[in-house]
Amino acid sequence: MTLKTEEVMVNIGPQHPSTHGVFRMRVTFDGEVVTDLEPVFGYLHRGTEKLAEERTYTQIITLTDRLDYLASMSNNLAYVLAAEKLAGIEPPERAMYIRVIMAELMRIASHCMALGFFINDLGALATPLMYMFREREKILDLFEMVCGARITYSYMRIGGVSGDLPPEFMPALTKFINEMPGYIDEYEALLRENEIIISRTKDMAILPPETAINASVSGPMLRASGVDWDLRKADPYEVYDRFEFDVPVGPTGDTYDRFLVRLEEMRESVRIVKQAMEQIPEGPFRAKAPALIRPPKGEAYAHVEAPKGELGFYLVSDGAISPYRCKIRAPSFINLTVLRELSIGWKLADLIVILGSVDINMGEVDR
Amino acid sequence: MDWFYELWRELGEVFRGWIEAIFPDSAEGWITYLVLGFLSAFVLINLPMVLVPLLIYVERRLLGRFQNRVGPNRVGPFGILQPIADGIKIMTKEDIIPRGADKLVFTLAPVAVMAPALLMFTVIPFGNETFLTNLNVGILFIVAVTAVETIGVFMAGWASNNKYALFGAMRAVAQLVSYEIPLVISIMGVVLIAGSMVLNDIVAVQSSWPLILFQPLGFLIFFAAVSAELNRSPFDLTEAESEIIAGIHTEYSGVKFVMFLTAEGIALVGYSAVIATLYLSGWEGPGLPGYLWLLVKIFFIFGIFVWTRATLPRLRVDQVMTFAWKFLFPLSLLNAAITAVQVVVWSDGLPPWLIPVNFAIAIGLIAGLHKFVGFQGETREVVPGGAERLTAVSRPVAGGSE
Repeated sequence: MTLKTEEVMVNIGPQHPSTHGVFRMRVTFDGEVVTDLEPVFGYLHRGTEKLAEERTYTQIITLTDRLDYLASMSNNLAYVLAAEKLAGIEPPERAMYIRVIMAELMRIASHCMALGFFINDLGALATPLMYMFREREKILDLFEMVCGARITYSYMRIGGVSGDLPPEFMPALTKFINEMPGYIDEYEALLRENEIIISRTKDMAILPPETAINASVSGPMLRASGVDWDLRKADPYEVYDRFEFDVPVGPTGDTYDRFLVRLEEMRESVRIVKQAMEQIPEGPFRAKAPALIRPPKGEAYAHVEAPKGELGFYLVSDGAISPYRCKIRAPSFINLTVLRELSIGWKLADLIVILGSVDINMGEVDR
Repeated sequence: MDWFYELWRELGEVFRGWIEAIFPDSAEGWITYLVLGFLSAFVLINLPMVLVPLLIYVERRLLGRFQNRVGPNRVGPFGILQPIADGIKIMTKEDIIPRGADKLVFTLAPVAVMAPALLMFTVIPFGNETFLTNLNVGILFIVAVTAVETIGVFMAGWASNNKYALFGAMRAVAQLVSYEIPLVISIMGVVLIAGSMVLNDIVAVQSSWPLILFQPLGFLIFFAAVSAELNRSPFDLTEAESEIIAGIHTEYSGVKFVMFLTAEGIALVGYSAVIATLYLSGWEGPGLPGYLWLLVKIFFIFGIFVWTRATLPRLRVDQVMTFAWKFLFPLSLLNAAITAVQVVVWSDGLPPWLIPVNFAIAIGLIAGLHKFVGFQGETREVVPGGAERLTAVSRPVAGGSE
């Protein structure tokens, strides 16, 4: 007897608990196995790039906050670097150190969220997520001290930062940095050797380094595939060349590696912040720059190693107060392009985990 | 603490008096029987119904503590009225039957899930003389009756006309049917020791030592299988929130949804009671009356369920099946065989020194099979600089200010 079977097409999203926002996947299933997948996005499109053409250079900073809203500081940094390059403004040294501290704290917070939601997608009922929220909360408190905001900071300015570190910041940061390795150990104890996590993620959805490079994947996903490419080392911006840190690289490129690389990167970020705290000089926190910047005609591209990958801003100036064109290279948008290759042949449950390991943020994907 | 039983006996007598006064003809004795039967049924149905909101509250508070937050604490003292508020809120929601759904099956499914769960309580003993029936195949009855739940789950999944619900139902059927087998075989150990399937006889055997000490392996298998039967973590595939939204519950709202939730809770209470009866000497205990002891044990086992739920991620569907067939099934067979040998060798009661031996056997078998089946993990180091570092190249983009 032969049974007649047919493939089922399921729309996963845009309203779904684990598509990380309003993301939709049109998936064809053979039983539980994914046979085809088409990502559909644009539900959160706000026209950031077009809006930027109508704003002054300083106003655009607030737009960048709303890209990857879990890593606003990194977005600020990438944009500010591009604008400084375009206008030829050199920030003072103290500002650069402050920016590095902020960017690395942001990386820890963003990776906390990435790992927490990844474990949540694996089906752990929010317990690790809540633990990681606890640490993210402390980082947000630190950010609140320096700029008063908790999500959309707009802390960085072209030529520096909006304000100097308040006196209570450094003791709080020291306390946090001393505590954080212990918390990371706690995550590791809970998660790293958990048999279910290992059996769910190991050797699953391997992303070969060639494919990763061809698809222009960046960030922890690329490094998990064994490619040692970190913009902080490869093309140092700000003061990253003065710090000693390692770039965690995964041996195989499976989902477990993507998980471990993020875990290790949190440790390295702690190391960087520690060194930055020791080296930070006194001095002005902001260079002299006019309130209304009119950069000379030309174009500039600046990129940073954001938590999710290479975040780049490409600005074209025609000499006016707002850019002629602003192109954003959003890392999670480009990382998402390999989703189809990664998930075909895996099961429905794996598909969710793979999407979690890509760590997308719809604010950034749809822009 | 006999006042409780006395009260019931008194009440029964009063009712009997009333009914006999209304129907003086002694041939009407069946009415007395009927009324008293309804009374007991009323108590037995409402006991779990009252326990479920309480357990939901306890679960949410416990999960809150596990997750480093407070949990419900606004409605009533310590938030204890939260489940009631939630119940009112859900029940006043519109009862939606989706277009294209099979209306009859869709409506019947919650009942088909709820009824078997309630039937469990007919045979669970709450005291030496406190049970509805002392069925001679008690434990078999429980297993058989709860297996019917699968049909209700599949009805719900099929009738919803929703792909997520269908996924949930497909998973549920595969999972529930597979886990019935280790469940039943692990019970065999207990039945062999007690020499009876009557639940009260099983409790009587445990008057000196609870059976968990003689049956550690059986207890672990039974607990895992029950977790799977109840769709508790890590086997909560049927309603895996991050994957298939709510599984079979996706299209249900209003009272029907409440019925599913309550049925789940009732099954949880029921199975906690069964675990307590089989392995933790049921209602027996010093000082307190039997039903209170059983309640304490139900809460204890429920706490373990919550603990696993708060800690473990979910298995994948094929891993769940592998775990049932390759791991639990052989273990339960071995457990039954070892117990049978022990029961034959020490036919007049197992000696207490077998307790450490059985624990050693349990640990040895689990570790051995773990190694053999290969259901294991190993850690991996993410090495800094493990791959050749790419050379730093600047991007081929013209710098504006250069």
